[in-house]
Amino acid sequence: MNKEPEKIPTRDGFGKGLVDAGEKDERIVVLCADLAESTRCHWFKEKFPARYIELGVAEQNLITVASGLANYGKIPFVSSYAVFNPGRNNEQIRTLVSLSKLPVKIAGGHAGVSVGPDGATHQALEDIALMRVQPNMTVLVPCDAIEARKATLAAAFYNGPVYIRLGREKTAIFTAEEMPFEIGKAIVLKEGKDATVIGCGPLLYNALLAAEELSKDGIDIEIINCHTIKPLDAETILNSVKKTGGVVSVEEHQIMGGIGSAIAEILAQNFPTPQEFIGVRDRFGESGEANELIEALGMGVKDIKAAVIKVIKRKK
Amino acid sequence: MSEHIHDEKVKELELTANKIRQSIIEMLIEAGSGHTAGPLGMADIFTALYFHILNHEPKNPEWPERDRLILSNGHICPVRYAAMAYSGYFPIEELKTLRKFGSRLQGHPERNMLPGLETTSGPLGSGLGEAAGIAYGARMDGKKFRVYCAMSDAEHQSGNLWESAMFAGDNKLSNLTGIIDRNNIQISGFTENVMPLEPLRAKYEAFNWHVLEVDGHNIEEFVDAVEEAKAIYEKPTVIIAHTIPGKGIPEMEFDYKWHGIAPKPEEGKKFLNELRTLGGKIKSEHE
Repeated sequence: MNKEPEKIPTRDGFGKGLVDAGEKDERIVVLCADLAESTRCHWFKEKFPARYIELGVAEQNLITVASGLANYGKIPFVSSYAVFNPGRNNEQIRTLVSLSKLPVKIAGGHAGVSVGPDGATHQALEDIALMRVQPNMTVLVPCDAIEARKATLAAAFYNGPVYIRLGREKTAIFTAEEMPFEIGKAIVLKEGKDATVIGCGPLLYNALLAAEELSKDGIDIEIINCHTIKPLDAETILNSVKKTGGVVSVEEHQIMGGIGSAIAEILAQNFPTPQEFIGVRDRFGESGEANELIEALGMGVKDIKAAVIKVIKRKK
Repeated sequence: MSEHIHDEKVKELELTANKIRQSIIEMLIEAGSGHTAGPLGMADIFTALYFHILNHEPKNPEWPERDRLILSNGHICPVRYAAMAYSGYFPIEELKTLRKFGSRLQGHPERNMLPGLETTSGPLGSGLGEAAGIAYGARMDGKKFRVYCAMSDAEHQSGNLWESAMFAGDNKLSNLTGIIDRNNIQISGFTENVMPLEPLRAKYEAFNWHVLEVDGHNIEEFVDAVEEAKAIYEKPTVIIAHTIPGKGIPEMEFDYKWHGIAPKPEEGKKFLNELRTLGGKIKSEHE
């Protein structure tokens, strides 16, 4: 953690994963709504032009056409910004993908406030909530570009609907190629005993930075990379929490309905535990630089540290 | 595979359509809720599709080479369920379970419940996109089957449908045929009063579709239009079928209040009698 890490956006990992999946299986097709370059679908488009389908600015049709392709036997990825996909086309996803149990893979790009200067209209903060309430839907939030590539491949060959959340901003690489990735299996990034930080997405890197600073004060936290929000890995979470007795959830998303809520649902039913929530508190974002917004909305390293200290106090 | 249809066959199909209308009324009485006008109005077209046009195998509903019939306006599913039962997909007796707990015949069709339904539908405006997706995928693989998409007229008020129409026109999906039930009614009134659709033909033409218009109760005309669509290679075709909502039951015809309700048992009996006697022209064997 001493040197500045390499930074690559998770969308790049997605774009590479699409090409890998396309090479492995001819059934893979990619549909995009006029955003091929910024969602990194253009790498697939260049390699497999006959399997790339342009929809224009029509996010509802992105899903209806993909549902038809999946119904016929293709494995379609649909890509746009998360505010539109799964925002604008939510009912189409509900009826034609989740209820229909069709293997459409939904990629929501430019998620979170870290999309920055574009402002609130383009900063999806509710997409995890929208997707995790739909039966049959799997929800993945990769934490770095390496994991995004693995998640994309795993989604391609997972028999069912999948949502993958992606970011625009260059973010730290802190996982390794050789680490295994399995849908539904959370990864303990760092072992510790005083509290468990469970998070998803690039914001997890802030948790690692917070851990380093907290260790100087003698506080030893466990960090879990919970890349699959649904199905949630209750076993890994409960095992950790039974050991540490306190939880801080970390996500670049509304705290209502996101990973923190998913964890609280498991804990309340199985092992009631003090929990603090790092995330957006019932407000929209605004224009600004990514890090500036992360700090301003209470998701910085100091906020995570404070939440850990608070949850440890609440244990007593 | 269909071809020009002979008079004897037309008469046979008309009798089947009448049986299907009777089943629709019986199902709806039993269910106590549901949509009546649309299913009756589309009975001739669904009969023509299931008993003459579609290349399908009722005992093998997943046959990969089958023609696909996508029902976009899922609320008229009683007509599809009845046509499927009569063509051998499942026992006719099962029609009575419509809308009941545990039934495969959901109030709006669900593809995972009953083999042969192809898609889940009800929320309007999204069937054409699904049909276009199937047609696109089939063309990628050089498949020869055709894709039909039955739509209501009023669902053309939704934006998603026009996104799909634009996509199908742009991609020249000539293996796709749209069928519009132009019955001029929707749940709250006449389409042209609620939100006008006309000029509907010009709209489709502007989206690069080949457009045909037929009398939706003239089976011969409809079959000929489907044949013509197969010969159009540069565009998808849409058949605007002018139909009478509630067709076959004079008290119901053209009355929009029958869009979204089911007959009560007593009036239902009277309607069944009208269908069985062809409006009093013949003596009913059930009298």
